[in-house]
Amino acid sequence: MLGRVADQLYWMARYSERTENMARIIDVANRMTLTPQDDETRQSAWVSALEVAGAVNGYNEKHGDINGADVVHYLALDPDNPASIYSAIRATRENARALRGSITTEMFESINSTWLELKAMDDDVIKPAGRRAFFDWVKDRAHLFRGVAEGTMLQDEAMCFMKIGLDIERADCTARLLDSKYHVLLPASEEVGGSLDYYQWGTLLRSLSAFRAYHKIYRDRISASRVAELVILNAQMPRSLRCCYDRLTETLEDLCGTSAPECQRIAGKIHSGLRYRQIGEVFDSGLHEFLTEFIDGNAQVGQQLARDFMMVR
Amino acid sequence: MPDTRFFNEMLADDRSVRDAYGDVAQWLAALPEGQLGLKTEEAELLFRRMGITFLVYGREGSNERLIPFDVIPRVFSASEWDLLSKGSIQRVRALNMFLEDLYHGAEIVRAGKIPAELVFNNDYYQIQMHGLDVPGGVYAHIAGIDLVRVSESDFYVLEDNLRAPSGVSYMLENRAIMMRLFPELFDGNAVAPVDHYPEELLRNLRAVAPRGIGEPTVALLTPGAFNSAYFEHAYLADSMGIELVEAPDLFVRDNKVFMRTTEGPQRVDVIYRRVDDEFIDPLAFRADSMLGVPGLLSVYRSGGVTVANAMGTGVADDKSVYPYVPDIIRFYLDEEPILNNVPTYMLRDPEDLRYTLDNLADLVVKEVHGSGGYGMLVGPASTKKEREEYRARVLENPAGFIAQPTLSLSTCPTYVESGVAPRHVDLRPFVLSGDDVTVVPGGLTRVALTEGSLVVNSSQGGGTKDTWILQE
Repeated sequence: MLGRVADQLYWMARYSERTENMARIIDVANRMTLTPQDDETRQSAWVSALEVAGAVNGYNEKHGDINGADVVHYLALDPDNPASIYSAIRATRENARALRGSITTEMFESINSTWLELKAMDDDVIKPAGRRAFFDWVKDRAHLFRGVAEGTMLQDEAMCFMKIGLDIERADCTARLLDSKYHVLLPASEEVGGSLDYYQWGTLLRSLSAFRAYHKIYRDRISASRVAELVILNAQMPRSLRCCYDRLTETLEDLCGTSAPECQRIAGKIHSGLRYRQIGEVFDSGLHEFLTEFIDGNAQVGQQLARDFMMVR
Repeated sequence: MPDTRFFNEMLADDRSVRDAYGDVAQWLAALPEGQLGLKTEEAELLFRRMGITFLVYGREGSNERLIPFDVIPRVFSASEWDLLSKGSIQRVRALNMFLEDLYHGAEIVRAGKIPAELVFNNDYYQIQMHGLDVPGGVYAHIAGIDLVRVSESDFYVLEDNLRAPSGVSYMLENRAIMMRLFPELFDGNAVAPVDHYPEELLRNLRAVAPRGIGEPTVALLTPGAFNSAYFEHAYLADSMGIELVEAPDLFVRDNKVFMRTTEGPQRVDVIYRRVDDEFIDPLAFRADSMLGVPGLLSVYRSGGVTVANAMGTGVADDKSVYPYVPDIIRFYLDEEPILNNVPTYMLRDPEDLRYTLDNLADLVVKEVHGSGGYGMLVGPASTKKEREEYRARVLENPAGFIAQPTLSLSTCPTYVESGVAPRHVDLRPFVLSGDDVTVVPGGLTRVALTEGSLVVNSSQGGGTKDTWILQE
């Protein structure tokens, strides 16, 4: 397979996953602002959404003041924001268009339909009343992307690069979401917390589709260290860092066979760090430090993958 | 009253239906009211969903547009097709021999059949091709012959396309869409299939691989996703199961061409390129080209790779060479041309120039190097002001223009706003050379959707139709 094609498959999957993640990020902030609280806390929810999306500077240049409607628009539909849902869907489709020879017709048609539907929407879809439906649509289309890929693509190299892109993007988002809330997850805040923190953790879990899972696994009230444990180390939670790396290392094994490229070594190191660590150790070494290190290492896997396979000059 | 100035392919002058259109006319008559409109919308939706679009460059960046698709098919009988296919094949055979001759001894020039300066001063003559032996003596592996019809039995060749003719994906997709929308039309098995075109193409491309390569690797070289015909490039690569490469995916080493793959470099033996001559190798042609592969020409020249179509084919499909094609056919094949050439006035000739300027209102004037329907004057449809402006342009450089009588292009029933009405059409069959010379029974029919218009180019608002060749 051409190196460029591998690169485009990887990015197409990343962008598709990013649309869903971005919908989740905005949804969290949106829900936060709906719980009873003061203006300052409400504002900080929007700011942290911008932070997770890496869109603070861009937003400030364009809008300045923090305002819910503007933030939602900037993160969801603004074509000028390279991290918006709109831009990510467009980028998914641009890659798909360039990849027509390498993906199935079904895949192209589903991605193309997503783009055409999005283009037919106007700003009304993110008015407070309809917002949730829009986020659900974004998530549905991302689910469809994965389903169509799974159901129609050959289980070959091409699929491997897509899977890798997807898991790297997903792990990145989970880590960022967690990091944006790390201060409420610190054990110290557990005592002083109270009901506000309960909502914060609850929203975090919901944004990762893990609220029910939490109760199913722990059958107990929500505590900070368990939230962190579930989202970082649990092997069953599909969006946890551990789970992403279980899949990622497996895919790399399929892809690499007996050759052992550098990216596989880096990924393996991160994987064992997740696999054999206890949540206490994570907090001892500092949650924020742990997450920062993870985000860097995860990015490094992607860069090394490009060097190992895509003949990037 | 029916308009009898133009040959109507479905209806004879007495309004009776011609044989080939029997099924189509019956089907049209039986369609419930409004059905054509609905199916047209459905077809448009399918095209859009499948992303079968072309890019139009405009002031506000590029835009994806659909080429309008007309759901009423155009039909040829087996005997009509017999004439068209034989004529097209004859033409391509002769033109390939002409190219081989031009880049070797140029016997035809020495025999006085064509002026030397027309060939050797031609912008499309590639000196780098001189003396080079290409596999099988084939230069134009893929050729598109543009044909028009003016009466029951008279067909004319409007032009030959020997560089990188496009449109074949529409021939294939139009058929696929028709079979999806109107399966009942294909019940009788009367329509010759076209979907084996990609297989035929691959067979011919593999046949021209450099000598001694058992299992040649073929790749399709595209300028990239922003090229207007990108859909076609991806479509063909996909249906042949070959890699679709862009210039940065290829590199030259040890006098071979390789593509960068996830498993390292892989050798490429045949390149079906959809990049123009001048962009294909920045070392040999335009140095500022980002679309080319540095060193490709030198590998080609030493026989390490085959490029299809060969470089320098443009000299044979140039409008100034066009008038000589009948003589070219006689010279190399010792046969009479099966298809007519349109009588052509060469404006570098003072007498032809005078005649043309005196009769601008009746003639079609074209730029020698023009294409896509740009920069031409259709006399009968022009205003006085347009003719005056055009006259000034011609006088600046008469040798840059040719003129032809306005042909009465045939019409086909077409679904337009006012209902089903006759519209002018042309036809481009695709001739493949390599292993042998063949043409898949069908082609791209382009239709001028505006009433009375004779310009069928998609860049000028033309549409396409499915083209049927009836089997005997």
